[in-house]
Amino acid sequence: MTRNLKSALFSALLVWAVAYPVLGLKLTIVGINIEVHNTSPMILSVIAICSLLMFVRVLFNQQLSTAWKNSPSLPKVPAKATNFLTLPSTQRWIILGLVVVALVWPFYGSRGAVDIATLILIYVMLGLGLNIVVGLAGLLDLGYVGFYAVGAYTYALLSHYFGWSFWVCLPLAGMMTATFGLLLGFPVLRLRGDYLAIVTLGFGEIIRLFLRNLTDITGGPNGISNIPKPTLFGLSFDRTAAEGMQTFHEYFGIAYNSINKVIFLYLIALVLVLLVLFVINRLLRMPIGRAWEALREDEIACRALGLNPTVIKLSAFTLGATFAGFAGSFFAARQGLVTPESFTFLESAIILAIVVLGGMGSQLGVILAAVVMILLPEMMREFSEYRMLLFGALMVLMMIWRPQGLLPMQRPHLELRK
Amino acid sequence: MSRELLKVSGLSMRFGGLLAVNGVALTVKEKQVVSMIGPNGAGKTTVFNCLTGFYKPSAGSIVLDGESIEGLPGHEIARKGVVRTFQNVRLFKDMTAVENLLIAQHRHLNTNFLSGLFKTPSFRKSERDALDYAAYWLDKVNLTEFANRPAGTLAYGQQRRLEIARCMMTRPRILMLDEPAAGLNPKETEDLKALISILRNEHNATVLLIEHDMKLVMSISDHIVVINQGTPLADGTPEQIRDNPEVIKAYLGEA
Repeated sequence: MTRNLKSALFSALLVWAVAYPVLGLKLTIVGINIEVHNTSPMILSVIAICSLLMFVRVLFNQQLSTAWKNSPSLPKVPAKATNFLTLPSTQRWIILGLVVVALVWPFYGSRGAVDIATLILIYVMLGLGLNIVVGLAGLLDLGYVGFYAVGAYTYALLSHYFGWSFWVCLPLAGMMTATFGLLLGFPVLRLRGDYLAIVTLGFGEIIRLFLRNLTDITGGPNGISNIPKPTLFGLSFDRTAAEGMQTFHEYFGIAYNSINKVIFLYLIALVLVLLVLFVINRLLRMPIGRAWEALREDEIACRALGLNPTVIKLSAFTLGATFAGFAGSFFAARQGLVTPESFTFLESAIILAIVVLGGMGSQLGVILAAVVMILLPEMMREFSEYRMLLFGALMVLMMIWRPQGLLPMQRPHLELRK
Repeated sequence: MSRELLKVSGLSMRFGGLLAVNGVALTVKEKQVVSMIGPNGAGKTTVFNCLTGFYKPSAGSIVLDGESIEGLPGHEIARKGVVRTFQNVRLFKDMTAVENLLIAQHRHLNTNFLSGLFKTPSFRKSERDALDYAAYWLDKVNLTEFANRPAGTLAYGQQRRLEIARCMMTRPRILMLDEPAAGLNPKETEDLKALISILRNEHNATVLLIEHDMKLVMSISDHIVVINQGTPLADGTPEQIRDNPEVIKAYLGEA
């Protein structure tokens, strides 16, 4: 009991220590100075109540946990349903259904909704790409955003200096990031796990700092603006076309509507995602896809069977990076502006969270997780400053509820001929 | 007299100040089963690691069918047909049994990126053949009913058999088994013995074996090499080894 009392007191103090500086103190601007004031007594009393609750909770930990056990638990997904949902064939049908919905709904959705959907599609692309490196090949990459940045800046720079169009730059950006993937792959071949994570983390930061300080070329912290949007076979979606170009609404003789541009961008993103999905789906059933997974399971056994780990790792890095390059150059085209601050470590963390949350290696999982990860913060905007707190809490809850991810992948069932 | 497939001479492996293997020599002829025995810590597995390229030997030569292979990286030696199992089973545990066998055929498959992307007829055929070959070997090791089970969920004896089948998928010239009977019960050891005989008699496999189970070693070996504290102690047929006083001394200690 005394030990419980001690830890209960400590927990109550901890609540104060965490909550008071964050919620109990308010910064107010007085003239040119910032002064620290106490907030309303209401918030202070809320903190007090919370700490009291924490005190009781820790003091009666044992009694509470037995009571908790007797109370009805969280609804568990029945085992059969889980099994059915994770079957590869079911997942394929769900993906097909999602694609049909995704094709139809922008014509009914609002402009803001289509815009968010486009953002989700970018993250689906990134998630699917990182899934190759982390989920399949088992190489923990914390600097994935570096490739995303390389892709974005490739298009931004090429269009800024040479005026090349999006459609020319898209494959070039893919090739450029593939090269970077290969370059990063070589020095890290011998590394695994935590060490690899640290090196890739450094890589992501190096790319960002490089872009930031190369002011003469990349515009430094200001980035590059006025990046042209993609065109449909030379038809632009702007109100007035540039010299020698035609606009979409003029060509088809319809009234100008800015939502056309948003829908067009959305459809490009959708096509890119479908392309990536198709390629990854095939890769999984190809020898190289199996080799990635084998490498994740046991590198030594791979070598003993005559598989060259160098080639396998480099191919995973290169292909994963290529998809980030596509996503990056599309991102640049959509925003019309790239700055180094779009490519911070937080982005890498979010993409990694999408992969882990979805269930390593699972494509449907990645898609769902991307929807959840992007949609939730958008939907919680009304909670304003507590948005990220709620977001974090939700992620913790989700990992407790389904530690293996939302929809993990099952092994494909191979039919043997007798 | 059959051909010499593998000839090792003067093999030494030094880790800093420790001479783990010192001047080991052995010869494996085609379709032979050669066993390497010796007390724990004698350096048998180190010899295996040198032969399969996991270690670079400090001295000595390893000649595979007239071609020197010492110092080559592990995957290249494996591609030349020297394939091993491990003392502690190393399967791809989360992948199914049949997938394990498909991976082992990697270098015999059509790995062209574009042909896989568009599923060309040659790609389909290559995949189908691989699956058939895997099915054939699953049947050989009595694991057909477990084909789509994750390898990690199989019983230990089944995992051992699957690992041997996985080696056979690479169409090896020499199969090196590191203590294949470790942890098996007497019945499973009998099955293993039968399997090794099948490999040799029906599939022309040449086997190099590390094993502690003397009954197994004596009954299937054509030739036995004894190693003690990294140095070769004796070399001969099972009968010669059985009666060699030096070997008895190394195993049982001096009276």
